[in-house]
Amino acid sequence: MTRSPLILAWRRFAQNRGAVIGLAILLVVVIVALLGPTLMPQSPWRMVGRPFLPPLTDGALPLGTDAVGRDVLTGLVHGARVSLMVGLVSTMVALLIGVPVGALAGYFGGWVDDALMRFTEFFQTIPSFALAIVLLAIFQPSLFWIILTIAIVSWPPVARLVRGEVLSLRTREYIEAAILSGQTSLQIIIRQVLPNALPPIIVLASLMVATAILLESSLSFLGLGDPNVMSWGYMIGAARTVLRTAWWLSFIPGIAILLTVLALNLIGEGLNDALNPRLQRREE
Amino acid sequence: MVRFILARLVKAAFILLAILVLNFSLIHAAPGDPAAVMAGEAGATDEQFLEDLRRRFGLDQPFHVQLWIYIKGAVQLDLGYSYRRGMPVAELIWDRLPATLLLTATAFFISIIFGVIAGVAAAARQGRWSDSIISTLALLFYATPLFWVALMAALLFSVTLGWLPGFGYETVGANHTGFARALDIGRHLVLPATTLGLFFTAIYVRMTRASMLEVSRLDFVKTARAKGLSPGVIQRRHVLRNALLPVITLAGLQAGQIVGGAVLTETVFAWPGIGRLMFEAISQRDYNVLLGVFFVSAAMVLLFNLITDIVYVIVDPRIRITQ
Repeated sequence: MTRSPLILAWRRFAQNRGAVIGLAILLVVVIVALLGPTLMPQSPWRMVGRPFLPPLTDGALPLGTDAVGRDVLTGLVHGARVSLMVGLVSTMVALLIGVPVGALAGYFGGWVDDALMRFTEFFQTIPSFALAIVLLAIFQPSLFWIILTIAIVSWPPVARLVRGEVLSLRTREYIEAAILSGQTSLQIIIRQVLPNALPPIIVLASLMVATAILLESSLSFLGLGDPNVMSWGYMIGAARTVLRTAWWLSFIPGIAILLTVLALNLIGEGLNDALNPRLQRREE
Repeated sequence: MVRFILARLVKAAFILLAILVLNFSLIHAAPGDPAAVMAGEAGATDEQFLEDLRRRFGLDQPFHVQLWIYIKGAVQLDLGYSYRRGMPVAELIWDRLPATLLLTATAFFISIIFGVIAGVAAAARQGRWSDSIISTLALLFYATPLFWVALMAALLFSVTLGWLPGFGYETVGANHTGFARALDIGRHLVLPATTLGLFFTAIYVRMTRASMLEVSRLDFVKTARAKGLSPGVIQRRHVLRNALLPVITLAGLQAGQIVGGAVLTETVFAWPGIGRLMFEAISQRDYNVLLGVFFVSAAMVLLFNLITDIVYVIVDPRIRITQ
């Protein structure tokens, strides 16, 4: 009996209890991000009550208000969309940089490989968070620059992974057959090599979304977020100075970040089980 | 060994040079007049002052001449002038650097030591409840934002329990000297160093655990077991030694992250290092300070990398130093 590889992969994914929990958490966050702003259409920046209202004291404002009377729940809901969006888009941009660099380096080898890998190594060595701060401070924080900055500091692992995969695939017989059949290098890379290198890239990408969300929140915490969008990191940064009097203002958005990033990490591990069956945990 | 270190130093020098080129390009890519960027927005009002800056940095000359002037200055440790603070950037950073070195080095060692110990313990008790607890904690801290852990630790251990100071480098006005001062600084160091190290501890726990389990399946471990060696000896002398190699490699790669994380930790705990300096420079738009801290933190990373490279060669004699 033949089963579709997707179903088999899903079965392996579902065997990892952590991954299923992670998927459930992420689904909740995604639903909140998609529907939340429609259900809570008012601006998260608007003053709706007296400042420093503790959580669970007013039914209309279940999570209370911040230092200037803004609703914490509305901020949380709108922040979910920003976090997920920045995480996803910046990872896609990082893939757009890293995959070609790694594929070209691995496929052509020689001086192309040398040059591209030196370049990658440079970006991997320099302190990425400090570079992100410098870039955003100079180019003014906007969603566009935040996404681009996160992509710029997070593509090197993609390039290294893709290069390794391409190196190991390049000598396979079906690649030689493709060369003999007269396909161009570009065709071979896109049609033959990359699809087979896809599983580890997907796993890495899911972990990169998690890292990107952490990075975005750290930058917003330092005041380098887009001043026009409410984000979880900004909420914590704004509440930092009132930690003694209103600890929940820092605590609640932090839990949101923690759960989202945890969910993505768990899913990444589950995807690893599902897509790389060769690397199955051997002790089981 | 000397040749190996020299080769690494040459490579490090090239990376620092590349960072200078990057910094210089960023000044020029920034929106607005490069002279105004260098002066920070405060100095931008005085036209005569900008004219002086343009002449000094050759901003009216071709790009490569300007770059040469910039690099020549940086090599002589001239990282520009902070017009906001009225001090050379190099001097500002030099004053703040010891605090950051103390913080990052402590966090680095805390995370390596606790990470490896916990990872070994988890691997030895694989599948039992103590393994689950260690692994779950590692998973949690791996997903926790660094600045948030720092805030919560300050809230719990400093504000609520009052056990440890959550602010600054030493008690202001206490005028401690000698051992009493070291003890005072040490007490201030506990929270920043632990919270900065937590994320990395989590990484090392996961890595060590996976690596230990991987190595203990290899044939030479079976041989050792067949020889009748005690499990403790096998774990320590055969498995751990080999399992540590990927952990050391990772530690070298993570050095840059620790230095970057110091910006967040120092911001939360008002730790007077270069990270805090960077945070202050963000709101002041003090680009010279930002670029200077970026350059110096890259140099710190290269130093950490060199140390891990040397440790690696000592731990693994199979590596013949070829370069």
